[in-house]
Amino acid sequence: MSNLAPTKREVPVNSLASRTGLAAWFRPYVTSTVGSKMLVAVTGLMLTGFVLAHMIGNLKIFAGRTALNDYAAFLKSLGPLLWVARIGLLVVFALHIYLALKLKKRSLEARPINYAYQNTMIASVSSRTMLWTGLAILAFTIFHLAHFTFGWVGPVEANGKMVGNHEPNDAEMPTRHDVYGMVIHGFRQPVVSILYIVAQMLLLMHLGHGIPSTFQSLGLNTPRTQRMIRAVGWLLALVIVAGNIGIVVGVWFDFVKP
Amino acid sequence: MNLTLNVWRQKDRNAAGRMETYKASHISPDMSFLEMLDVVNEDLIKTGKEPIAFDHDCREGICGMCSLMINGMAHGPERATATCQLHMRKFRDGDEITIEPFRARAFPVLRDLVTDRGALDRIVQAGGFVGVNTGGAPDGNEIPIPRERQETAMDAAACIGCGACVAACKNASAMLYVSAKVGHLVNLPQGQPERQQRVRAMVAQHDHEGFGHCTNQYECQAACPKEISVGFIAQLNREYLHSSFGFAEREDSSTGVG
Ligand code: FES
Repeated sequence: MSNLAPTKREVPVNSLASRTGLAAWFRPYVTSTVGSKMLVAVTGLMLTGFVLAHMIGNLKIFAGRTALNDYAAFLKSLGPLLWVARIGLLVVFALHIYLALKLKKRSLEARPINYAYQNTMIASVSSRTMLWTGLAILAFTIFHLAHFTFGWVGPVEANGKMVGNHEPNDAEMPTRHDVYGMVIHGFRQPVVSILYIVAQMLLLMHLGHGIPSTFQSLGLNTPRTQRMIRAVGWLLALVIVAGNIGIVVGVWFDFVKP
Repeated sequence: MNLTLNVWRQKDRNAAGRMETYKASHISPDMSFLEMLDVVNEDLIKTGKEPIAFDHDCREGICGMCSLMINGMAHGPERATATCQLHMRKFRDGDEITIEPFRARAFPVLRDLVTDRGALDRIVQAGGFVGVNTGGAPDGNEIPIPRERQETAMDAAACIGCGACVAACKNASAMLYVSAKVGHLVNLPQGQPERQQRVRAMVAQHDHEGFGHCTNQYECQAACPKEISVGFIAQLNREYLHSSFGFAEREDSSTGVG
């Protein structure tokens, strides 16, 4: 074989220049279309995991006042851990939204003059409305936090007197917050409960495209599994949303006793 | 057949374009779409008007030169068919047909329906190649290739580079094209030495040309005259992840492609 020195090749800008460190290695994941999409997918999966856990935890409401309030008190008792989780969630949420908006801007710029005759062959409605369902979910999340987490939407009646939505008012343990009563009061208001149901429908649409889409973006999709992944994605989305709506409906029809 | 055509007319790259309406009369249902435009152009020339410029070459569905957005569908309503192979019998007498160029920032209009799709060639130049030894021609079948791999590579290699995927994509992304070129080479032993650099370089070039990102809506697959599967986009994503790990991390002059 020849012992000529190999020709030196110029490393492309976006290539694998690991010698310049971890930051350079990671940069394409934030800057490239393929890499950004993967981060949107990973953060999306994390958020899906959160809403799933959130839904399962909240189902404790069907086990009664003590069970739900115990669960709420347990979460509160985590203290600093709870804050780590909250801040982590906030970062993931922010990253998901930031990257998605950045990519959206890019794709708008990629076609400055749109077609006079617009047509769609197979793209689903949910895939074409991701931006709008996503932004609506963001707005709903802010309302939801104001409503239940910060208790700004109140006041409520508890133990015969009006108290702030978020004050300690558990009839059994007066020192702690009665999450159970708060939820019942919240969903007894028609406007609020309908808002929650509409938001869940939008979440269903968002996750219906989003969950299967993450598998494609992360390269886990194959022509053989594509249909299965789509079905499982929609099913998971449906389970999350059905569980959440179940709580609202449960309050309406007194499955959740006041 | 008699038809009404709404056609995009644009003098040159810098001129502002507009839609114009033409009558196409005495069209045989056996004509191809391009032959129909030939007839319209004959009439235009006879009346001293500028004929409609459109791209074409082989007219047998193998070169990828023809294009056209027909009623908002790349290469028209028939699946798995390039415009040159689309026949007028797919339309009805009296139909109104809107014909526009493939729209993308990366595909500037040169004249009427003719676009510059050189961006796709530059993506191939960035990484769509393999290294070969000079000298005598190697023996046939010297390298064993499993049949499935060979077929998969052939499926990807069926891409004729027409750009319909970009035109049909809601984000003007060329991801199906890039994935076909990557999939063609990565599924063969000959494509292995450049495997990790190739995917990074081609995606970087894709982004540099101003194409959008993939949102997994699969309009590209529906529009593709060669029915390239979006499974190749999943493989591309897998390759992109793969390119971050392994030996290429140690890239220096000795592992570069000569
Ligand atoms: S003209 Fe060659 S593919 Fe249509």
